[in-house]
Amino acid sequence: MLKYIIKKIILMIPVLIGLTIIIFLILHLAPGDPVDLIVGPNATPEVYENIRRDLGLDKPLLTQYMVFVGKLLKGDLGDSILQRRPVMDMIIQRFPITLEVGVWALILSFVIAIPTGILAAVNRNSTLDYAAMTFALVGVSMPTFFLGLLLLYFFAFRLGWFPVSGYGTWRHLILPVIAIGVTDAAVTARMVRSSMLEVIGQDYVRTARAKGLDENKVINKHALKNALIPIITLLGMRMGWIMGGSVILEIVFNRPGIGRLMVDAIFSRDYPVVQGSMLLLTASILLGNLIADILYAVADPRIKY
Amino acid sequence: MKNYVLEVKNLSTSFHSGKKEIPAVENLSFSILEGETLGIVGESGSGKSVTALSIMRLIPNPPGEIIGGEILYKDSDLLKISDDKIRQIRGNSISMIFQEPMTSLNPVYTIGNQLSEALILHKNLSKKEAMAKSLEMLISVGVPLAEKRLRQYPHQLSGGMRQRVMIAMALSCEPDILIADEPTTALDVTIQAQILNLIKEMKDRMGTAVLLITHDMGVIAEVADRVLVMYCGRAVEYADARTLFKTPKHPYTVGLLESIPNIEGEKKELHSIRGSVPTPGQITEGCRFKTRCDFVMDKCITLEPPIFDVGESKVRCWKYE
Ligand SMILES: Nc1ncnc2c1ncn2[C@@H]1O[C@H](COP(=O)(O)OP(=O)(O)O)[C@@H](O)[C@H]1O
Ligand SMILES: [Mg+2]
Repeated sequence: MLKYIIKKIILMIPVLIGLTIIIFLILHLAPGDPVDLIVGPNATPEVYENIRRDLGLDKPLLTQYMVFVGKLLKGDLGDSILQRRPVMDMIIQRFPITLEVGVWALILSFVIAIPTGILAAVNRNSTLDYAAMTFALVGVSMPTFFLGLLLLYFFAFRLGWFPVSGYGTWRHLILPVIAIGVTDAAVTARMVRSSMLEVIGQDYVRTARAKGLDENKVINKHALKNALIPIITLLGMRMGWIMGGSVILEIVFNRPGIGRLMVDAIFSRDYPVVQGSMLLLTASILLGNLIADILYAVADPRIKY
Repeated sequence: MKNYVLEVKNLSTSFHSGKKEIPAVENLSFSILEGETLGIVGESGSGKSVTALSIMRLIPNPPGEIIGGEILYKDSDLLKISDDKIRQIRGNSISMIFQEPMTSLNPVYTIGNQLSEALILHKNLSKKEAMAKSLEMLISVGVPLAEKRLRQYPHQLSGGMRQRVMIAMALSCEPDILIADEPTTALDVTIQAQILNLIKEMKDRMGTAVLLITHDMGVIAEVADRVLVMYCGRAVEYADARTLFKTPKHPYTVGLLESIPNIEGEKKELHSIRGSVPTPGQITEGCRFKTRCDFVMDKCITLEPPIFDVGESKVRCWKYE
């Protein structure tokens, strides 16, 4: 098992390298000059050049990249151009705010999606199935931020049950978690349903019934574990979605998480901060994939490791 | 005189397709004596599996439905008892093994887990006792390294071994009846003989009655005491094995017998039966076999023959009116 995990981690390395290159390049090739932002329009060319040199922006692109990676390996993401403090510190401060929403949303999504998907599959073509799938269709077609805005409008502005913005208490968490969890549950519930439908028709499910097991045991023991295997595989993908949704909702709900940090940094062309937050987000998606791979190997004995 | 352990009377099972109801088994009657092996033979699509699944009440509904008849087991009609009651019978008094050993075991649970399940459920054994009994069963069906196998997963076993596990599982609660639906069809020829012998051996040892389903007259010749020949959802001939092989009566039975492998082990085509099995619902009047029969008469076209008693056999053919 440990060997399998190590193998998976080694396989992630090229992806990580590719990621750093892309993140590095996108920003350096994008138009807009951060030095201008710092020095202001009235600075002399000397001041401008000094600052440029301080930031290392005068060096060739390759050198800049090597410096970037070298520091990265030491856990140094550079300093924020605007705030003049380590990007790592800023990220460590902001990331929990994002993660909190992401984790709870993932839990909520599974808590809704798995029972819904199972019930819909087991009662195929019943009213329950149609209701669940209608919910799922609405959920799938509704953008997360839109649901977030609706929730914000009704439950925060109109009813005043939850704070309109900010963070820190569970009441701040509820609306963004619902917005992400519910839209994600819609996608997951459809996957659980179709996976379950496929498994229910398998020969080993018939064998389980032929043993005299009751439907509860047949579904929740024999069918469910098999049906969840493809869902686990997609967990990595869902992590990406959820992190993405969480970032967008930080704008809607004005939560100072990593998404907010990144968007602000993009507008102010604070390269190191943009790079750091993008790296962190993508790395967390990779981590999600790794966790999914491990769970997959635990759930499916046919996986060799 | 021996008693019947199971009597099937006028069983009809249909599948709904859109608004239509397509019969897969119609008016089928047969019975199984204590400890005997009854063979059901017929080409693919003749309704053998549907018959077996009807007895277990495992017909998928929808689209399937048992629309009539009685299945008598120990003074009760299996078609009338509650879901709870039938579950107490399944895997306990009547168990079943399937054609597909590769897919009939759950890939994510160990052999031991799956074997002990029925024992825990029906015999109220503890997990430990059930495992011990499972081990015993595995050994008795000739699985080598049985102790290790208990902890393995189905994908670590060959098809033949998996079928042995299925047999062990089906027999673990010492059922009165074992239904074996084409238990050897998916296996290699050499393994086929081993599995058939195992079923014979276990049957003799435990006194279980066996309902053996196959499309292969060769298998019937080897293990069946009595034979039911099915065609297109119907019984066409019903006789004890010796009579059937010596004096086959229905033209279909005659055709099937000519398909038994000859001494060289080569299989001849079913050339004596031209055409192929009509799909259920395709022929709605007259004898279902009329399109392929060499002896077809005017009457056969419009009137379905009833079952005639001919000597020791029962035959559904106008020839024997
Ligand atoms: N799940 C099902 N849905 C619809 N039709 C079915 C189903 N199972 C069986 N049938 C019908 O019943 C007929 C008999 O099938 P079956 O009993 O499996 O034949 P066999 O004798 O080969 O075991 C088939 O021709 C098929 O049309
Ligand atoms: Mg069949």
